[in-house]
Amino acid sequence: MSDMNAATVTRYRDDFLKEVEANVEEGDWVKMCMQCGVCSGSCPLGPHWEHPPQELFMMIRANKREEVLSSASMWYCTSCYNCLVRCPREVPITHIMHGLAHYAERLGLAPKELPTRKFSKIFWKNLSSSGHANETSLALKLYFMNGFGEGIKKAIEMLPVGLGMLRAKRMNPFGLFAHKGCTDKKGLNAILDKAREIELAKAAKYQA
Amino acid sequence: MSDDKKYGAYICTGCGLGERLDSTAQTNVASRDGKMGVVREHGFLCNAEGVQLIRDDLASGEVSHVVIAACSRRAKTEAFAFDDVAMARANLREGVIWSQPDGDEARETTQEMAEDYVRMACAEIKFMATPQGDPVSDTSRRILVVGGGVSGMTSALETARAGYDVTIVEKSATLGGHAATLQTRIPQQAPYREPEPSGVDELIAAIEAEARIEVRLNAALTSTDGAPGRFEVEIGTESGSTASERFGAIVMATGYTDYDMANLPELGAGKSPDVVDQAGFEALVKAADGGPIQCPTNGREAKHVVFVQCAGQRSDQEGHLPYCSGHCCLTSIRQAMHAQEAGASATVLFSDLRTPGAAGEDFYRAGQECGVTFCKGTVSEVLPGDDDLEVRYNDLILDEQTSLRADLVVLATGMVPNSGVDIDTIAAEENEEADGVAAGAEGTAQENTVTIPVESILNLKYRQGPDVPQLKHGFADSHFICFPYESRRTGIYPTGPVRRPMDMQQAQEDATGAALKAIQAVEGAALGRAAHPRSGDLSFPSFRKEGCTQCKRCTVECPFGAIDEDEQSYPLFNSSRCRRCGTCMGACPVRVISFENYSVETVGQQLKIVEIPDEFEEKPRVLILACENDAYPALDMAGMTGQHYSPYVRIIPVRCLGSVNLIWVTDALNNGYDGVLLMGCKKGDNYQCHFVKGSELAHERISKVDETLKTLSLEPERVLTHEVAITDIQRIPEIINDYMKTIEKIGLSPFKF
Repeated sequence: MSDMNAATVTRYRDDFLKEVEANVEEGDWVKMCMQCGVCSGSCPLGPHWEHPPQELFMMIRANKREEVLSSASMWYCTSCYNCLVRCPREVPITHIMHGLAHYAERLGLAPKELPTRKFSKIFWKNLSSSGHANETSLALKLYFMNGFGEGIKKAIEMLPVGLGMLRAKRMNPFGLFAHKGCTDKKGLNAILDKAREIELAKAAKYQA
Repeated sequence: MSDDKKYGAYICTGCGLGERLDSTAQTNVASRDGKMGVVREHGFLCNAEGVQLIRDDLASGEVSHVVIAACSRRAKTEAFAFDDVAMARANLREGVIWSQPDGDEARETTQEMAEDYVRMACAEIKFMATPQGDPVSDTSRRILVVGGGVSGMTSALETARAGYDVTIVEKSATLGGHAATLQTRIPQQAPYREPEPSGVDELIAAIEAEARIEVRLNAALTSTDGAPGRFEVEIGTESGSTASERFGAIVMATGYTDYDMANLPELGAGKSPDVVDQAGFEALVKAADGGPIQCPTNGREAKHVVFVQCAGQRSDQEGHLPYCSGHCCLTSIRQAMHAQEAGASATVLFSDLRTPGAAGEDFYRAGQECGVTFCKGTVSEVLPGDDDLEVRYNDLILDEQTSLRADLVVLATGMVPNSGVDIDTIAAEENEEADGVAAGAEGTAQENTVTIPVESILNLKYRQGPDVPQLKHGFADSHFICFPYESRRTGIYPTGPVRRPMDMQQAQEDATGAALKAIQAVEGAALGRAAHPRSGDLSFPSFRKEGCTQCKRCTVECPFGAIDEDEQSYPLFNSSRCRRCGTCMGACPVRVISFENYSVETVGQQLKIVEIPDEFEEKPRVLILACENDAYPALDMAGMTGQHYSPYVRIIPVRCLGSVNLIWVTDALNNGYDGVLLMGCKKGDNYQCHFVKGSELAHERISKVDETLKTLSLEPERVLTHEVAITDIQRIPEIINDYMKTIEKIGLSPFKF
């Protein structure tokens, strides 16, 4: 990962905007931002972001590569789509935020301790291994995301909810072990491998 | 003469007037108090039968002067249109029954109001005559266009195509002006994605092909005199020869000068040849001829071009332009696209990117799409380095001081209008000199202000100065909202960037408008008709020479420079320059100026005839002099929308508050009115006054009344001035009713007999 980072740095020494355009989902929209700030004002979590979207776009144009890619800001996006709906330039801001986060992750620059990052990784692993999300397993993994003690505490806290779900037959405790997943797991894995291959090949093009 | 006058009053009982008012009493008032020879009632005066009733009386010679007691003078003007007949209207509908509550309690005061208005109309008509008009006898229909740029050429073409002969006078050796130096222009057609050819060559070709257009290059106006329909213009050429020509109207399309970037050393101007203004960049693009753009210093390729927006404009710093020039953002986008095309990377540093006009946002988007970088920041400094320039700026989004390197910096400086001499400054300087103040102070005051080459453009031989008056920042003054082309010199129409900053497309639209106004002025002058806002008015001011004291106040105060002076300092009225506001009449201390149908008497007699109840009746009387342009329609509309105001007011419309002669105020107070309210348009820099200065002058005059009131031991609240807009329909009854409370507080006037 860090090799890839080193390569891209050389390639885009002076033009982070071009790098974003080439590698980030919907990245070619970044140049269309007109700096009105409606996105930052619309974001329900805006006040908590270190750099709201308007600022991130400006930082991209100002070649602040390290700051942008190691920023926690875009990881705060909850995909509420307020910004995307309101942007007068119709910039797909939500997609770009996730695109940036994903690109940072690929380069190994994303901050490690972010709960949203952890969640994303757990969720993807859970989903991609069987093709269907195993909810019981996912919940347990999330409980213990921050260590064993925290996990026990969280489980006790959620006990009444869990019992209620059992009674209402909304949860099957055996699903943890007997999760079926999709019928053609092999096929699914082949698709995902192919997708990864395409994406890496695309990124590799810019690593020369 | 008075024997020839035969008066007839027609009282309408339609629209509920008959039910609400006692028409028999009105008939009695008209015949007994008003001394009307013929008084007739009709149930529907504005229908064919009612109008025929009046026409029959006029035809039989029984009546020559008509009083109509019905609706507002602003209503039913088509029905009550009698040629060559003087007419006064008593506003009983909007002004009385619609603005007063219905019911037994109000019946008496409403009737009093109606009877007073009938009396007033009868008093007014006695001093009215039909305006005869003062047409310019041998009107020239030829139009003079000063300036051969895009605005001037467009104006000339439009005028010629409408069937009028045109002469273009252009100072330089070629047509085209600034536009001729441009490689391309901001697109004027959808999809607004690419710069367009400037179109100047086509314009010039069209001008040359048009038989009605005569072009004089290397020429300027050395003298302009006369009035609409008969401007006598001397056109001087470079060789020194002059030619006298006669024109009907003048379009002043003198354009702008680029702001001198030498005033911006902090932005590197003058320190490095690689800092250019937009015109300079245009020349570089032209020199590159499709190849890479070369830096002026050493001819190296300009790889990074930085555009600095708002250079020396939108700034309150001395020597900078305080306004936005409107076209520079789009021009920079256009030029940045040229730079990108030539293989350079372009960055635009802006604080607010303003892209008005048709191309607007689409062109901005196109610029972004082709890779121009837009950065919101304000540039503090441009420093020349060894082999490039450092642009230091404050990034407004990231809130940090930062800098970038550039090979070429383009400063988007603004437009300075070529409006000639600021006649107000000249007047002020003359006053200063007269006071002996200016002698030593020279230079200090002017050091940091924008220096514009001040050479008169029109060389007007008017008493008021050689050029059209300016409003702010050197732009020609005109009523911005209602009649933008009418300058304060009738028949002279500033257009294009001399009027306000604008781009080429706006200038072309503007020039078309000015062409039409010029044609209107010529045709109006031939018929003796006024221009806006009293368009079509045939009346014009005249004065009684025996009474005149040659005080010159009328010539000084006329907002339109319509009055000159003869050798003995008597006023010389130029009726086709006149807008008929009556400001001269209001200014005249000896009251010798009058119009045929509007004079000190027509209003003075009205206010004197109102019955003033004695102090024991506890019915105050307040005179309202309301400007007919905004305040009077607002009062009418208050009535139409069923809003009620005090029955103790008597309203007289005036042409402009500027026409209010102080004798009316004095007479009103002497006659026992408890208060006088003046309602006019907004004054000042953002004025709404239809006659530009009328309202301001009225405020000035009234402010001096306070002293007089004190000497008469009257409260200053007895005479108040209000600024009222036509939209103040709700506010206007409030003003009146609040004022009645004030009168209640200070008590009735001690001057009641």
